[in-house]
Amino acid sequence: MITRLEEKELKRQSRRQLLKLAPVAVLGVFAVPKMSDRLVAAGVRFSDWASGVMFRSQHPAQTYSNAEVVPFAKFPYNGYDVLDPEVDLEKWTLTVEGDVQHPGEYTLAQVQALPKINQNTRHICVEGWDVIGSFGGARISDFLKLVGANTNANFLEVECADDYYESIDMASVLHPQSLLCYEMYGQPLDRKHGAPLRLQMPTKLGYKQAKYLDTIRVTNVLKPGKTGYWEDQGYSWFGGL
Amino acid sequence: MSNGEHDNKERNEKKDAAPQSEPAQADESCAVEITEVKVETATEAPPDQPAAKAEEPELVRAAYEHPLPIRITHWVNAISLFVMVTSGLRIFRAFPSFGPKIPEKVLLDIPKSLTLGGWLGGALQWHFTFMWFFIASGVVYVAYQVFSGHFRTMLFTPRDIPGVWPMARHYFLFGPKPPATGQYNPLQKLAYTSTIGFGALSLLTGIVLFKPAQFSWLAFLFGGFHLTRLWHFAAMCGFLAFIPGHLIMVVLHGWANFFSMLSGWKREPEYQE
Repeated sequence: MITRLEEKELKRQSRRQLLKLAPVAVLGVFAVPKMSDRLVAAGVRFSDWASGVMFRSQHPAQTYSNAEVVPFAKFPYNGYDVLDPEVDLEKWTLTVEGDVQHPGEYTLAQVQALPKINQNTRHICVEGWDVIGSFGGARISDFLKLVGANTNANFLEVECADDYYESIDMASVLHPQSLLCYEMYGQPLDRKHGAPLRLQMPTKLGYKQAKYLDTIRVTNVLKPGKTGYWEDQGYSWFGGL
Repeated sequence: MSNGEHDNKERNEKKDAAPQSEPAQADESCAVEITEVKVETATEAPPDQPAAKAEEPELVRAAYEHPLPIRITHWVNAISLFVMVTSGLRIFRAFPSFGPKIPEKVLLDIPKSLTLGGWLGGALQWHFTFMWFFIASGVVYVAYQVFSGHFRTMLFTPRDIPGVWPMARHYFLFGPKPPATGQYNPLQKLAYTSTIGFGALSLLTGIVLFKPAQFSWLAFLFGGFHLTRLWHFAAMCGFLAFIPGHLIMVVLHGWANFFSMLSGWKREPEYQE
């Protein structure tokens, strides 16, 4: 739509319109490194909040047939430090702490006495790769019932034999596919995959699925800077799928 | 005809007429009032009308091409896209393959210098922050285009198909320049319309990669999680194909054209009407 107007008027209009664009320049604060660190951390917190809203506590992650499961040899071993922290499997117990009626030491046999769930689900790494694996274990929710946990608490914290640590929102913990996993591919968990007990949650990224579990704690507050090994370095805390 | 286009025409005619009726008029709202009446006479008056000519200084041909919402979303989107591509490439470096993890075949080694975030976690922070700006700018842009009717200036339709080849021949093979018919030529419309497609594809595939368990039906539509990751990458390649051409054209068309995406006003557009 062509208009004819005076030079002065065109300049005035252009200037006015240019000024209206000024708010966009606010995004320039992202160019200042000190500011951008804080801003992107806030962006991740917002994404985590949105992830919590999108999470459906009873919606199952897709499961797969045995034919779709990748062979055991092609399921990567992944650890942040040592792959075998040399857990003494004979003497191993799981320490249960925090907001529970029956804190103390629990044996693997007690976990295995709970109803067993077998599931073929997709294990997705934050790096972008994924594998469909076969897992067996007890529902975390069943175990929490056994120990009399207050499931209205906000978080489950876990500590591992390799000094890895994690914390998970209670809604994801109580998801029916969230397992205390002691079997992969029908065999007892091997040492590099986290023997004797690991977390397995198809609604979470791989780094949330702590291996070589040592202690679990039901709690309402997380210690700042101690929410998860990778999270403390910048990964999303929610880490949900 | 949509309301939006009609409004636009009317407003531009008002602006057209305003300085003619009251050259010294500074108050815009007042000028608009006056021109309400003058619209017809301004456009239809014989050019040699003595009174009009006497007080008429030289007029510049101009067009208000880019309404404010378009300009804001254009620049927010440009910044977001820059961040999404550079941080996305850093994320891709963590697993530069579309195949299995074992054995991992490195598809391409992206130089660190082209990436943002420093490491995977840092890049994810940028990606998870600017995806919201990217989505917001895209949604507002498309909504504005649709509801204002302004999309007619840029939407590629089957009617534009015959004009694509002559334009491409002009740009790439130095063929004759087809006459300019509207704000955008058919090749531009094709390019701009495609970017909306790339945006939609990157958004939908991004949702799957972000929440594959919640949106498994969407993953299914894209052919599964692996293929979705490939489509997400392909959408970026679409943008990367568009951007150099877009920037070269901006440079070739000079300052007045570039400035129009800042001020909205294009001085001496090459098309008529």
